[in-house]
Amino acid sequence: MNEKEKSSSSILRTLGKIALIVAIVIVYAYGLQVTKVDLEKPQEGKRQQQLTNILRGLANPDLFEWKIDRVVAEAPVLIPCDGQTLAAPAPVEGQPTITLSTYCAEPGETITVSGFGWARNEDVFLFFIPYTADKDNEVALKLLDDRVVTDNQGNFTVEAELKNDRLSDKPATIRAVANRKTGMPGPSEALKQTWEKIIETVFLALIATTFGIFLAVPFSFLAARNLMIDVNSTFVKFMASLAVVPIGGYLGYIIFKSLTDLGRSFTGGGEASASALLWSVLPVLGFAVLKGSADGGSKLFATLRRVIISAVITVVVVLALAALANVGRGTGTDLKIETGLTGVIGNFILILSDAILLGMPVLGFVIGFFLISSMAGSVTEMVEDRASEGVVRIVAIVLAAIAGMLWFGVITAVLNWLYQFGDLRYVIIAPAVIGAVLLTGIAIASNPHRIIPTGMFIYYIVRTIMNIFRSIEPLVMVVAFAVWVGIGPFAGVMALGLHTIVALGKLYSEQVENIAVGPIEAVTATGANRLQMIIYAVMPQIVPPYIAFTLYRWDINVRMSTIIGFGGGGGIGFLLSQNINLLKYRQASVNMIAIAIVVASLDYLSAKVREKIT
Amino acid sequence: MLEIKNLSKIYDNTVLALDDVSFEVPQGQFLAVVGLSGSGKSTLLRCINRLIEPTGGQIIWDGVDVTAALPEDLRRIRRRIGMIFQHFNLVQRSPVMTNVLSGRLGYTNPFWSLINRFPKDDVAMALRQLERVGLEEKAYTRADELSGGQQQRVGIARALMQEPAIMLADEPVASLDPVLAHSIMQYLEKLKEENITVICSLHFLDLVQRYADRAVALKDGKVVFDGHPSEIDDKRFEEIYGEEAQRIG
Ligand SMILES: Nc1ncnc2c1ncn2[C@@H]1O[C@H](COP(=O)(O)OP(=O)(O)OP(=O)(O)O)[C@@H](O)[C@H]1O
Ligand SMILES: [Mg+2]
Repeated sequence: MNEKEKSSSSILRTLGKIALIVAIVIVYAYGLQVTKVDLEKPQEGKRQQQLTNILRGLANPDLFEWKIDRVVAEAPVLIPCDGQTLAAPAPVEGQPTITLSTYCAEPGETITVSGFGWARNEDVFLFFIPYTADKDNEVALKLLDDRVVTDNQGNFTVEAELKNDRLSDKPATIRAVANRKTGMPGPSEALKQTWEKIIETVFLALIATTFGIFLAVPFSFLAARNLMIDVNSTFVKFMASLAVVPIGGYLGYIIFKSLTDLGRSFTGGGEASASALLWSVLPVLGFAVLKGSADGGSKLFATLRRVIISAVITVVVVLALAALANVGRGTGTDLKIETGLTGVIGNFILILSDAILLGMPVLGFVIGFFLISSMAGSVTEMVEDRASEGVVRIVAIVLAAIAGMLWFGVITAVLNWLYQFGDLRYVIIAPAVIGAVLLTGIAIASNPHRIIPTGMFIYYIVRTIMNIFRSIEPLVMVVAFAVWVGIGPFAGVMALGLHTIVALGKLYSEQVENIAVGPIEAVTATGANRLQMIIYAVMPQIVPPYIAFTLYRWDINVRMSTIIGFGGGGGIGFLLSQNINLLKYRQASVNMIAIAIVVASLDYLSAKVREKIT
Repeated sequence: MLEIKNLSKIYDNTVLALDDVSFEVPQGQFLAVVGLSGSGKSTLLRCINRLIEPTGGQIIWDGVDVTAALPEDLRRIRRRIGMIFQHFNLVQRSPVMTNVLSGRLGYTNPFWSLINRFPKDDVAMALRQLERVGLEEKAYTRADELSGGQQQRVGIARALMQEPAIMLADEPVASLDPVLAHSIMQYLEKLKEENITVICSLHFLDLVQRYADRAVALKDGKVVFDGHPSEIDDKRFEEIYGEEAQRIG
């Protein structure tokens, strides 16, 4: 490289640097314009006054109130003066008095008001009360715009201009009033309100966290790679599950729903359908037949017996719970209107009963979903084991066709509900056919015994859903919930609860992913089943960190619940936003202090407990 | 009698960890499995109770095909096969007692075991097993408060809770000092009195020669030696461990 090239390259480099600096300046210049940064505004006198008001309000939280003792002294004055002479009022020992320079004045005349025997440096307000016969409806007009402050002896002297109107031949009254704080200060109205709302806030966080935990735990297992990676099945088994789970879920839903209705009808609620009777009688009949039959030894018989007994128990439990919940609903509604603890418990019973009645069909869906999936799994396993290769292939293709049809149909139904393409009966046909053809094609092309990582399938779906919901702030979610269930703490509970599910689900699942596999291996080797393995090898490893993260989350939830009210979610945030909008800064200041105290103390508490656990 | 027939294992369609392994183990034998690191010892042991699914071949135990057992039957087979591990694999946060009792899970009513209830007999048995390994006073200590040697003894007690007919031991003494190693090996040796088959992978040949009735050597997943430990002379040693290996101890 010669000298010339060297210097030209260094010039290039310098030019590049300058271009970079120019680019950065442009970016920031544009940024300042977009964000409307304006250094003139903060200097405007009007705005500075506003800021001062806010800061003064915030610095003087409206925490306490005193009982006010009103001290009054009066003097008569006749306007206009028609020659009469009024006597000065006689001073009362130990009471403040006022005297006037004249007790008979012309309209608009300036008189001198003197006060004696007041407290030192006290604020005294002067009023002019025109004559009225009806003392209860007297009108007090301000004699002076400002207050008068007494001197060190408790005296004052001030000049005041009398009014021109409200003339009368009877004497009017000049009144001096001092408002004295007496006794101990009590909590202000704002403080009482804040207390009430802060309690609401803490409970809001508690309930949301609790709701969150219930669903976060199962989700965390589904979102843990190390657990899901072992969940595999052959292609044909996977297709079998896919094909039957929508049916199983639907059947479970229907059966549990009708059983719930039947159970309710026992205690005089809802309506029982004929199908419910069928569902409940069927297993009992099966049980009776089985009991009557002589064959008692075979394995199939034993399995059948177990299944039928479980079914009978399930039916009885569902019926009983539904009947009970129906009673609970009635009782709860009656008790709810009572005051005090009775009302609270009544409300609790009502919510619990409603939850049971609503939850039953959902539970049915879940049970049906998993039961039929495991049944289909066992059956296909058997088929794979015993049947010839050709049969397995055909089974796989048929199942794939059904699965494709059903799932594309279900997805279309959901999309149709969202986008309203048209009548579902027609809209659904094309996708169902496409789905069936597509999966049939895949089935033909693939080996039915091929291992499909079903676990990872579920893992990615659950992870994706969690990531999507986690990225939406509760403050945004609450807006949707407030539309659905109305502005108030319930909407806040729902938004925070939903966010808690996904946030905790993620944290929990990371704990599951960190567990040592050794104990799992060891416990599995003893012949424990999967559930026992989880209880003995997984749980002891994850429960302490679960508790720690739950506390951490409850801590976050308290923090969030203090602002969730800005989005319509109830709690202290709602009060704070109202106070700010009404320019009640002293009250807002109380709210903020309460938030700071609660957040800080919970922060401390949860840190302490977490320290203890881990 | 445990028969291993043409057993093979291929990990991820690429790594051939076991290659056509066949041998038979009569009941009550103390069999040592030796070989270089990566030769497939752990894989072999874990195939026997199907913690790892073999890719091919069969394992027949007293006429029952373990490799073909359905989940429910597999659990019944597993509960008669105890296993101890190099890193003990105790649940660290649980008390010793719970760890030992978990050896009983294959036998207990699943429902009661879920809420940590075990039959009285099982609890008594757990105390007996702890006594046997000299840890009865540690029953309610947390497992992570024990030393390595103590943890391995708890591991043995847990495996014995299964009333096993076979005991698999995957390098049970590799993370212990020599003195402790012998004490653990002696516990395993005593199992012979109860006619329990022991299949134990070991790194040190002196331990093999002292405790084992027979040795099977693996190299790259193949059986390269099968006979009495005393038959492993310098030439055999070279075959098993390679040319450059130096015999120590
Ligand atoms: N989970 C796995 N996935 C893939 N390859 C594996 C896995 N486990 C073991 N292998 C491979 O299989 C071979 C045999 O491993 P194995 O653990 O059985 O050997 P080993 O004889 O027990 O070795 P060591 O003495 O180090 O414990 C090795 O090449 C190893 O890399
Ligand atoms: Mg190993």
